[in-house]
Amino acid sequence: MATPPLTFTGTTGKLAENIMHFARVLREAGLPIGSGAVLDAIDAAQSGVLRERLDFYWMLNAVFVKKREHLEIFEQAFHVFWKKPKMLEQLMQLMYVQIARKGDDEKKGAGYRRLAESMFDKGLQKNVPAQKMDVLEIDATFTASADEVLRAKDFEQMSVAEQAQARIAIAKLHMNRIEIKTRRFRSHASGRMVDMRRSMRQSLHGGGDGIRLAHKAPHFREPPLVVLCDISGSCSNYSRMFLHFLHALTTERARVSVFLFGTRLTNVTRDLNRRDVDDAIARVSGAVKDWNGGTRIGSTLREFNFKWARRVLGQQAHVLLMTDGLERDNTEVLGAEMQRLRRSARRIVWLNPLLRFDKFEARATGVRVIMPFVDEFRPVHSLNSLEDLAASLIGVPSKTKSSMSSVKMSLPNLN
Amino acid sequence: MNLPTSIDATAELLKSTGYIAGRDLATVIYLALKLGRPLFLEGEAGVGKTEIAKVLAQSLGRKLIRLQCYEGLDVHSAVYEWNYAAQMIEIRLAEAEGQVDRERLSGSIFAEKFLIRRPLLQALDSEGGRAPVLLIDELDRTDEAFEAYLLEVLSDYQITIPEFGVIAAKTAPIVIITSNRTREVHDALKRRCLYHWVGYPDAVRELAIIKTRRPNAADALAREVVAFVQALRKGDIYKAPGVAETLDWVTALHELDCVSLDPQMVNDTLGVLLKYQDDIARMEGSGAKRILDQVKDEIRHMQKT
Repeated sequence: MATPPLTFTGTTGKLAENIMHFARVLREAGLPIGSGAVLDAIDAAQSGVLRERLDFYWMLNAVFVKKREHLEIFEQAFHVFWKKPKMLEQLMQLMYVQIARKGDDEKKGAGYRRLAESMFDKGLQKNVPAQKMDVLEIDATFTASADEVLRAKDFEQMSVAEQAQARIAIAKLHMNRIEIKTRRFRSHASGRMVDMRRSMRQSLHGGGDGIRLAHKAPHFREPPLVVLCDISGSCSNYSRMFLHFLHALTTERARVSVFLFGTRLTNVTRDLNRRDVDDAIARVSGAVKDWNGGTRIGSTLREFNFKWARRVLGQQAHVLLMTDGLERDNTEVLGAEMQRLRRSARRIVWLNPLLRFDKFEARATGVRVIMPFVDEFRPVHSLNSLEDLAASLIGVPSKTKSSMSSVKMSLPNLN
Repeated sequence: MNLPTSIDATAELLKSTGYIAGRDLATVIYLALKLGRPLFLEGEAGVGKTEIAKVLAQSLGRKLIRLQCYEGLDVHSAVYEWNYAAQMIEIRLAEAEGQVDRERLSGSIFAEKFLIRRPLLQALDSEGGRAPVLLIDELDRTDEAFEAYLLEVLSDYQITIPEFGVIAAKTAPIVIITSNRTREVHDALKRRCLYHWVGYPDAVRELAIIKTRRPNAADALAREVVAFVQALRKGDIYKAPGVAETLDWVTALHELDCVSLDPQMVNDTLGVLLKYQDDIARMEGSGAKRILDQVKDEIRHMQKT
């Protein structure tokens, strides 16, 4: 095997080296770039057809970017890396200062954090004071109220490690997914029905000399998923993680609709559809007006039932309800609306993050009102990472309601 | 009948077959006919979406081809199907003749005479230069996979059959697609169509609709019914009654020899108007009476002025 001749010498050598370093930066930021792509980029750079900076940009873009969600990171990286290549170190220093300064008002582009991480030494990262998401008054976060407080929210961007975690979490969910039978068919060697069209076509291969039957079997598919996620004050500690999880879920799975509710209901499906996670979440936080406000589960559910249920709950949709069930509004409305939801959804899974307290008791009337209408109850005892969140949704889903009763029994003071 | 040449002519055309269209609807229908684009109609059940296609076919003297959508609808029942039994006989015959030329055999097997035409393919056939009206009803009932089949038909009015070739329409059919919005239809499909949201009619138009469709009903009763239904739609109910329900109600009341609404009669016939138990329970008893009193007040007030 002859190794390809090394051609990067002289001035091109510098370019080739820079391309290599640039690729490494992108790789660190989470783009899957192999050595082959680096060689392609160097070959293209040496082909002599690139006239200006923009040509160079689109060349690298074509070689390195293979997915829509990588565009933002690539763009940021390109501008930082190639603007003043000689001053790269200074730039990195500058970025370090910027990211370390908490509460920088300057609007950062999507993927900025992941890029910054990939550009510095990992050791430096540890010195950066850990950024917590803006913690509101701790005392208030665990209480529920029905007051409408409109707040804007700016979420910390996602880190490389978190993104990897999200991928793993979703992959785990993938193994446990429920599929339902559709009325479509796919070809299947041991299927029970005859695929006439394929049989016919196959028979012609042998000149019509006898007809070998081809078979087909029903096609199974994941049902649409509707997520109703609580973002009120009492759930505020998790909203960032919930959103990252929901983003990963919408990109991985088809037919997911996401609604956020506190004191009002917001459909954020379209916003979450942005491929880049930071971009998506920035849009969501712009679209939602009632971050960390009060909770009106009943009236927001009612709004969902009236305005959206008929639109998104078709085709045997499953509902994932993420709320602590702390309702301060009228629980009569909540009961009636849960009943209505029950009738239009094929399956309701309730993810309750309140159970993180060991002493949890289903005393809140809201919890008791919701409980009879859910098919599956998923308590979350510790919710510190996406992994915990995914773990709480994993497990063989019960086909009947029988598992519900066991949950009920394990909860004191439920009835 | 030729295509209408103005918005007013379109409204007149629809009216001649008993469809009272608002200015908005007449405009979008005129544009759809003029530009030769499919018309995508979305709206609650019972507001007259399907009726538009029927009325258009009738008033323009075109054939109506209807494709009722359902879950699992596929190419074989919507576009075309090969006649397998006949094909098999053909193969046997070829065998008996000792003919083993594969090219010729496949040519004769996948020929037009073995093709069974389903609604979408039928719609590309224009007898005597008069393209039919193609109604794709309740598209939201199918799954997303089916929408993909429609894309080619809707943008180029042609269908590609792998074994056969491309079948294109000589004259583009008039395509009406309806949806109850039980799910969102994909943007790629909507992009190819003109979109119109068919809403509930206002009181004046609803009264005109009743007078056109149920000419036997008493005038006073029609007024009361319209005012009652309009008030009901403004209220807080899960499923507001559509125009179809209003017409049904008028018929029902007429059959019961009712000339003016009274609370008892309303309660007894609520099932014609409301189809959800929650809504009926809310209306029964005092609810209906309250609306009825309010409605009668309004009508009295209007007659005075």
